[in-house]
Amino acid sequence: MKKTIITVVGKDKVGVIAKICTYLSDHNVSIMDITQTIIDSYFNMMMIVNTENLDIDFADFSHNLIALGDTLDVEVRCQRSDIFDRMHRI
Amino acid sequence: MININEVFETHDMIEKDNLDVRTITIGISLLDCASDDLGRTCDNIRAKILRYASNLKKTAEDISAEFGIPIVNKRISITPVSMVAGSCCKTTDDYLRIARTLDETAKEVGVNFLGGFSAVVSKGMTASERLCIESMPEVLAGTERICCSVNVGSTKTGIDMDAVRLMGQTVKKTSELTADNDSMGCAKLVVLCNAPDDNPFMAGAFHGVTEADAVINVGVSGPGVVKAAVEKVRGANFETLCETVKKTAFKITRVGQLVAKEASARLGIPFGIIDLSLAPTPAIGDSVADILKEIGLEQAGAPGTTAALALLNDQVKKGGVMASSYVGGLSGAFIPVSEDQGMIEAAKCGALTIEKLEAMTCVCSVGLDMIAIPGDTPASTISGIIADEAAIGMVNQKTTAVRIIPAAGKKVGDTLVFGGLLGEAPVMPVNRFSCEAFISREGRIPAPIHSFKN
Repeated sequence: MKKTIITVVGKDKVGVIAKICTYLSDHNVSIMDITQTIIDSYFNMMMIVNTENLDIDFADFSHNLIALGDTLDVEVRCQRSDIFDRMHRI
Repeated sequence: MININEVFETHDMIEKDNLDVRTITIGISLLDCASDDLGRTCDNIRAKILRYASNLKKTAEDISAEFGIPIVNKRISITPVSMVAGSCCKTTDDYLRIARTLDETAKEVGVNFLGGFSAVVSKGMTASERLCIESMPEVLAGTERICCSVNVGSTKTGIDMDAVRLMGQTVKKTSELTADNDSMGCAKLVVLCNAPDDNPFMAGAFHGVTEADAVINVGVSGPGVVKAAVEKVRGANFETLCETVKKTAFKITRVGQLVAKEASARLGIPFGIIDLSLAPTPAIGDSVADILKEIGLEQAGAPGTTAALALLNDQVKKGGVMASSYVGGLSGAFIPVSEDQGMIEAAKCGALTIEKLEAMTCVCSVGLDMIAIPGDTPASTISGIIADEAAIGMVNQKTTAVRIIPAAGKKVGDTLVFGGLLGEAPVMPVNRFSCEAFISREGRIPAPIHSFKN
């Protein structure tokens, strides 16, 4: 399994999660966990996904996801989970 | 399982506090490139560097995209050139040709600096090493990406004062040859004592003879992250302060370790060390001086600066060694003047003097770094400054270095502007009393008594 963390931060509106999930599904990425909080109508979402069977290059996947976020007016970040595991766990 | 707060904390460290991996440096041994024919040696060097480093840039970019961490520099360090070119270089022009080959190859593989146009002469110089040093001013003026370094002493060997004298003249000549470019050549020339074999940071990086054929060394950074963490415990006692710095250094180093391991696996080159240094940049919020201020000083250079820096340096190391099995290089806090907005400010307002910086080098990982001095400073005075720094390194069994820039045609109050990561340097006053007679003495300073441990 190749765990990847996707975060979405921005103004809450209809269809953000749906569009992102569709993109993930289009590229064979399964969602393992979603955490979401809404503060002052801004939402912060974190998805843990499995990119083991990703059908395109990771850099392209990440780049397209960020671009998709731009069209939805939200900030998307996509990183392999190792950076968080290493930094926050001994 | 990682939680959302930890993820956003990491994002803040990268985006707000300038956390980055400062450099991935491939160390490459050129010992097997030596021949008695200059053309063949150059061909061998080019082929060897291309073999190991062709994929460095792309690999670093891929890792950066996947893990979401900026990797600022991709660099190469090589076996000290004077060891490789001894039998084929008979003139300084021959050395210049090797430097051009290195410069072109560095450009071809997309690295911004290549270190190792170096000589290790801690006890004495061979004729070839002297020639190598004499070629440095022209090399620095005639190439773009080559960094030069000379190790003039060590705790085990003492200090080669003939090399120290020669380096005073070399620094001065480099400044004059690059006068049109704000004496930029001197920013790529460093004089060391106890130089490490595995340092990934420029300008002092070279691939020592103790190393394998090729190795990946990674330098991490993060003064901004430490400053942000220290801000959160403003006014707390020393125990809390130290714990905070240590924990932050741990997190920073773990990122470096991750990147180093990935780069090593993808390039098929063994992992060497992590250099856990707080390396500032001229960007606002990426300053070691600002950490010192946050610890409680009005300006870097105020009384208490040496103690605060000692604390900072030690806690960075203690946090860092927990995070990586192989820590090496310089590891500690860097205090370059021109590359640190807070240091520039302190130097400009008179809080920071060269003498105070010298005291600070006793407790941090490097030495007098990126300091501009008046262009009319005599070569013997520069040698005196180098000798003082080398003595601190020799006696305290640590690395020290001098990267000093005599600002050709400029005086105290003027500023040199290098741009980019090298920043800008206010010209600082130098003690005007002479050490000419001291520097004119020939020979070497013996190793200190505590070096005899056999």
